[in-house]
Amino acid sequence: MKRILILVFLVMLLSICLSGCGQQEPVTLRLMTHDSFDIAAETMAQFTEETGIAVEVFKAGDAGAMVNQAVLAAGDPLADVIFGIDNTFLSRALNNKIFIPYESPVLDQIRDDLKLDPQNRALPVDFGDVCLNYDRNWFAKNSLDPPRSLDDLIDPAYAGLTVVENAATSSPGLAFLLATIDTYGEMGYLDYWQKLEGNDVLVTDGWEDAYYGAFSASSDGSRPVVVSYASSPAAEVFFAETALDEAPTAAVVSDGSCFRQVEFVGILQGTKHETEARQLVDFLLSRPFQEDIPLHMFVYPANEEAQLPEVFIEHSQVPQYPATISPEEIAANREAWVQAWTETVLR
Amino acid sequence: MLRRLWPFAGLLIWLPVLFFILFYFYPLGTIFTVSFFPEGELQFGALENIVTTPYYWHILWFTFWQALLSTVLVIALAFPGAYVFARYRFRGKDTIRTISTLPFVLPTVVVANAFLALIGTRGILNTLLMDLFNLSQPPINLQYTIWAILLAHIFFNYSVALRIISSAWQNLGPELGQAAQMLGASPSRVFWSITLPLLRGPVLAAAVLVFIFCFTSFGVILILGGPRFATLEVEIYRQAVYLFNLPVAAALSIFQILFTFFFMWFYTRHQARTSRPLELRSAQGLEKPVHTLRDRLIVYGNLLLMLLLLGLPLAALVLRSFQGTEGWTLRYYQELFINRQGSLFFVPPAEAIANSTGFALTTVMLATSLGLISAWALAGKTPVVYKNRLFNRFQTLLKPLLDPMFMLPLATSAVTLGFGFILALNKPPLNLRRSILLVPIAHTLVAMPFVIRSILPAMRRINPRLREAASILGADPPHVMLHVDWPLIRRALLVGAVFAFTISMGEFGATIFIARPQTPTMPVAIYRFLSQPGALNYGQAMAMSCLLMLVCAAGFVAIERFRIGDEGEF
Repeated sequence: MKRILILVFLVMLLSICLSGCGQQEPVTLRLMTHDSFDIAAETMAQFTEETGIAVEVFKAGDAGAMVNQAVLAAGDPLADVIFGIDNTFLSRALNNKIFIPYESPVLDQIRDDLKLDPQNRALPVDFGDVCLNYDRNWFAKNSLDPPRSLDDLIDPAYAGLTVVENAATSSPGLAFLLATIDTYGEMGYLDYWQKLEGNDVLVTDGWEDAYYGAFSASSDGSRPVVVSYASSPAAEVFFAETALDEAPTAAVVSDGSCFRQVEFVGILQGTKHETEARQLVDFLLSRPFQEDIPLHMFVYPANEEAQLPEVFIEHSQVPQYPATISPEEIAANREAWVQAWTETVLR
Repeated sequence: MLRRLWPFAGLLIWLPVLFFILFYFYPLGTIFTVSFFPEGELQFGALENIVTTPYYWHILWFTFWQALLSTVLVIALAFPGAYVFARYRFRGKDTIRTISTLPFVLPTVVVANAFLALIGTRGILNTLLMDLFNLSQPPINLQYTIWAILLAHIFFNYSVALRIISSAWQNLGPELGQAAQMLGASPSRVFWSITLPLLRGPVLAAAVLVFIFCFTSFGVILILGGPRFATLEVEIYRQAVYLFNLPVAAALSIFQILFTFFFMWFYTRHQARTSRPLELRSAQGLEKPVHTLRDRLIVYGNLLLMLLLLGLPLAALVLRSFQGTEGWTLRYYQELFINRQGSLFFVPPAEAIANSTGFALTTVMLATSLGLISAWALAGKTPVVYKNRLFNRFQTLLKPLLDPMFMLPLATSAVTLGFGFILALNKPPLNLRRSILLVPIAHTLVAMPFVIRSILPAMRRINPRLREAASILGADPPHVMLHVDWPLIRRALLVGAVFAFTISMGEFGATIFIARPQTPTMPVAIYRFLSQPGALNYGQAMAMSCLLMLVCAAGFVAIERFRIGDEGEF
């Protein structure tokens, strides 16, 4: 009698289990980003509402650290989708085959000049320009014309006014170096840097040390020219303590003086939720998300149909002809270029 | 029950050892394997390259001498401070000691800004001096020089030396000194021949910690020294993250680890052999109030030095958080609570504080318990397991290696360890790659050396006669531990706990490379603010830094108030 009861009980248990397993469990996607990633909670909630997929975002260090972690975890990824690999690290990511290609229907709305991967393994999601920024007040007070191009920086009139970041350890630092390589060529850029070094350029380790440590407009430092982003003046207005009519800083956007950084998003090889990941990628490329990008990450949306916020239109400019170098070239020559730069400028 | 299990208490040492094997050696081993055996074959190309390139020897040399110089300066400055704190009783003693430990917890970027506000070309000192003496150029120009690095190292490490040395000095009985004076020794002779040798243990312990800390210094070198100064740690970071040159990074890591291991090994052997048990006395009996002119000079002179060195930069920081573009304002603190853009990553201060404190308390519990067990075993106070000869022999062989081994996490590059975690901790039951537990685990790895270095000298100094007396009076070994050893090391344990708490709150590089779920902590929030332009962002970073200092100070006070029973202070 007892045995029969136990058997019945087990059968009941089993059937409950099976029926329970038949139901769909809500999927949670993991989105891996770098530390600068930011977006409105509402926007992410919108995605979850529309598709029923929850998104868990986790930050994995700066852009370089993030790429390396993704490469180390290739095949057994830390996330389903990765956001924020930029063009200087793109080749490293592609060569290590960490992506699953996906030709998203939203790609029609994305600017063509940003599509650096024809196989659509990495899809462009935003772009920013690394440009020289200068302190307007300082130049007005000292009756000096603000710099208009890279050439001005080696002019003796601008001696001791510039601060740049270390190309070996800083993303904008590297971008600025690449801009000089594109403008002066591989034969001429070291000459430029030698002159710049002779003109008393200050090299700091990272962006924070330059911007919040040496740039006169935002710190107790004394250098009125810094390598930062084209969107930094807009950020200064947006995050100002009291409402400003004019940005306290401005960017130098003449041809060849800025370097374009493009950021990409991709589905990671080894993910167990490819269908859902595709939906997330579509969402990241679509208007609602793209329009939210400027005020959160202070870069420009890749989607041409996305509208820019006012503060960007009024206080920031997009350079028409920024310097660009192909990701393959960067991957092949980066170490040599940085080594040569370090020898010239730091030693 | 305790009595029956007591002989096996020696086995407890395997707990910290296992912890280390799982969370240090295993990840490290994995990353080294990947670096040196990229295609299954041993490739020593990277190591060869490093040994033959003069550039790397140059880096090693610089790393070494800046650490040595910093250590000497820290000990020289902290030693008189330790004397003042150990032998004198004055008002505000606890507060000043708490404040002196705060620098340890601040992110380097914030400290750099505090220094800048103070000694930068447009900082307070320069502006003051320029006004006073009508100068056209700022007289103090220490930015990006070796002096900035040294000053910052002193700023960060002063309290480490202060706490360790003064904690030991506090319990030093005057009998030996008095006996020497009766035999005709002058006070200075007493100092050089009696006091100093007795303090050698704690002084060296502090020196070793500070040295390793400065040797593996990262943020300070980068930010305050600028890119012209490269240390091993910086180079490892560069190779691993920017160039993704794992073999070179791993090779440099090994250099760093081996160098530190041998250094530590010599030191710990020396320590073990020269430690003497002492007559430990209650601290309160030995403190004297500040009366004579000489006393006043010593105490207040020292406090002034501490104020200048430690207090001014901190004060500059606090001031800056209230200084708006148009005068004094509370705006930055208010802004901390506002999520202006509805950001997904907005960190409400309360949540950040709660997370930071949670991690810190977990770290304290883990680090102090594991550290206590380790120090107990290393000091030779654990019972020998009689039953198994082989096991004893094994343990005896292992012990001299354990002490330096426990210090290794301090000497290991955070990058290396972080990458190791990703590679190693991805299979059950150690599937902790994305777990929140990884944070306190990483913090514990870094905090344990501090705890051990604080407790071990105290344990070694316990007079065996006290224990023997207790045994004769009928106490069994567990009770001897509880009633003789424990009160005598409690103070040292508190020092260790304070360090563990600080390290966890300040989140040293140990956690930069751990990709964690959304549990924002205070340093993370500070970095977030500093990564975008805007006066509001900078101000909020300063405000959050002040909150961090406040929470930390509260934590110290809480820990130091922790007293079990009514036993007197030892």
